Amino acid sequence: MDATIKKDGLGPLFDKLGYDILAPVRNERVVSFKKVEDPADIAWDHSNAVTPPKKLLFPQTEVMYTFDPETITDKTPEPVPRLILGIRPCDARSYRILDPVFSSDFEDPYYLNRRKNTLLAGLACAEPGPNCFCTSLGAGPFDTEGLDLLVVDLGDDLFFRSVTEKGEAFLSDNQELFTQAAGKEARVEELKAAAEQAISRHVETADLPEKLKALFDDPVWDEMCQTCVGCYVCTYMCPTCHCFDIQDENMGDQGRRIRVWDSCANPEYTLHASGYNPRPGRKNRMRNRILHKYQYHPENHKGQILCVGCGRCIDLCPVNNDLVEELKILGGV
Amino acid sequence: MQNPYVPQMSVIEKLTDETGGDRAIKTFRTRFTDDQLAEGFDFIPGQCAMVTLLGQGECFFAISSSPTRKGHLEFSVMRLGKVTRAMHELELDAKLGVRGPYGNGFPVDEWKGKNILCIGGGIGQAPLRSLIDYVLDNRADFGQLDVIYGARSTRDMGFKEEMDEMDRRDDVNVHLSVDAEEEGWDHFVGFVPTHVAHLKPSPENTIAITCGPPIMIKFVIQELEKLGFTPDQIYTTLEMRMKCGIGKCGRCNIGNVYVCKDGPVFSWEVLKELKGEV
Repeated sequence: MDATIKKDGLGPLFDKLGYDILAPVRNERVVSFKKVEDPADIAWDHSNAVTPPKKLLFPQTEVMYTFDPETITDKTPEPVPRLILGIRPCDARSYRILDPVFSSDFEDPYYLNRRKNTLLAGLACAEPGPNCFCTSLGAGPFDTEGLDLLVVDLGDDLFFRSVTEKGEAFLSDNQELFTQAAGKEARVEELKAAAEQAISRHVETADLPEKLKALFDDPVWDEMCQTCVGCYVCTYMCPTCHCFDIQDENMGDQGRRIRVWDSCANPEYTLHASGYNPRPGRKNRMRNRILHKYQYHPENHKGQILCVGCGRCIDLCPVNNDLVEELKILGGV
Repeated sequence: MQNPYVPQMSVIEKLTDETGGDRAIKTFRTRFTDDQLAEGFDFIPGQCAMVTLLGQGECFFAISSSPTRKGHLEFSVMRLGKVTRAMHELELDAKLGVRGPYGNGFPVDEWKGKNILCIGGGIGQAPLRSLIDYVLDNRADFGQLDVIYGARSTRDMGFKEEMDEMDRRDDVNVHLSVDAEEEGWDHFVGFVPTHVAHLKPSPENTIAITCGPPIMIKFVIQELEKLGFTPDQIYTTLEMRMKCGIGKCGRCNIGNVYVCKDGPVFSWEVLKELKGEV
């Protein structure tokens, strides 16, 4: 089902929904996802949020449980309904990639409860960023995988297209606030073709999981790691990186156990209490990061590469390390 | 949805000082406060658990008691990092949280009818202790049982009473060693791999399981291969830094394998083919 709504007509929709709406908001120059009360706060004209919206399901810091000497109080969030409006297709795809990580073997209630009743209305990328390479990973700026609704910015209007039954139900439940989209489809197709054309970076990734198997002991890593300063930004700001640390914070006999993002680029990440470290050097750590994304994860998850081509690791690297170039050196064409 | 990160509380029933010194080893015997759980908690030798000391943190330890001895769990812990240092200060009746069991454990059902050769060094004896007691408690299911155990010195040698007790039995052979000559020591002197070479255990219908410092494991495996043990007859159990214990937090991988859930027990046949940082 297709429908449109005026940007300045979102207020009544938000009022009617009555639950939390999370959307990209500009604060100074940085766009990130926040709970929005006033639709006028939403940043429609941005490339992508700097902090990936994985934080909405897997926060940078969260309390797992609190404790005192007698009791442990589980702080798993309730699965409340909410709408994420304006998530980019690449980031929505990251949710699809993370779902099996947090649900296989043991179910992770923190992630899964946040995921459960969250509706995803994704914002198509009309103007991809300079380092976007989502089309190299089987997706695209108007990709709908993982979305319930695709939203296209048509200026004053937002075009909504339902992808899933949940998305369809959303449009029909609120149809009095939307208008028919007749005549807009051609414009959407035009924008989509232009956006796909605008993706300037490409690397063939399909054969990489197989090719990388032979490269563990290759000298290529010795050179590749030379410029890395080990700042972890490539992993923290990656929408698919999901490593975490667990720590206790306490005062007296009251305390809480928290989970925080961690990074395989961090030397302490693998440091044993004995002082032994299986990945002591940046070479080991950089190799692990790339092989995890392009070899190990695909081996464990039906060929799925742990990357959506959002380009954040390239945009944010302080020494201009470039994953696309690295993948080409490693055998991507 | 059950929360796999929340531990069940247990109480320390018994504390045994295995060794002293800065890197002391202590065995903690705990019992779940929930009686049903205490009696019903089942596992396989070689499996592990996440042990919590609230306010300090959580560590992944091999369960060093045998599942045949119900009602309690034991963890033999070296005083080394933040959590284990705090654990060593605990007294009887203190509480420890436990979640698990995790990991694959030793394939004891496949090993029925075989001779069992355990080769341990230092704190590496902890997971082997569970296996040894399991074999002793199911003695008819297995062939000959040999226990090779070494420590740096007599001061660093844990599980002494148990070793003496086993030595008095005629259905298990105990072979002890220390690295350097000491007055009054009438057992083997030398490193564990040298002891293995000296004893020349037969590979015939035998499974060898070794655990200890990485360097010891490496040379023990070399000696076993020289004696004719094939890679599928050699097993080890590994350690890694861990946070979740359930294959999600990321850090314990060797290639695409997570030590917490795909290990910690690996046959040499599998391990030698893994490309990754051990």
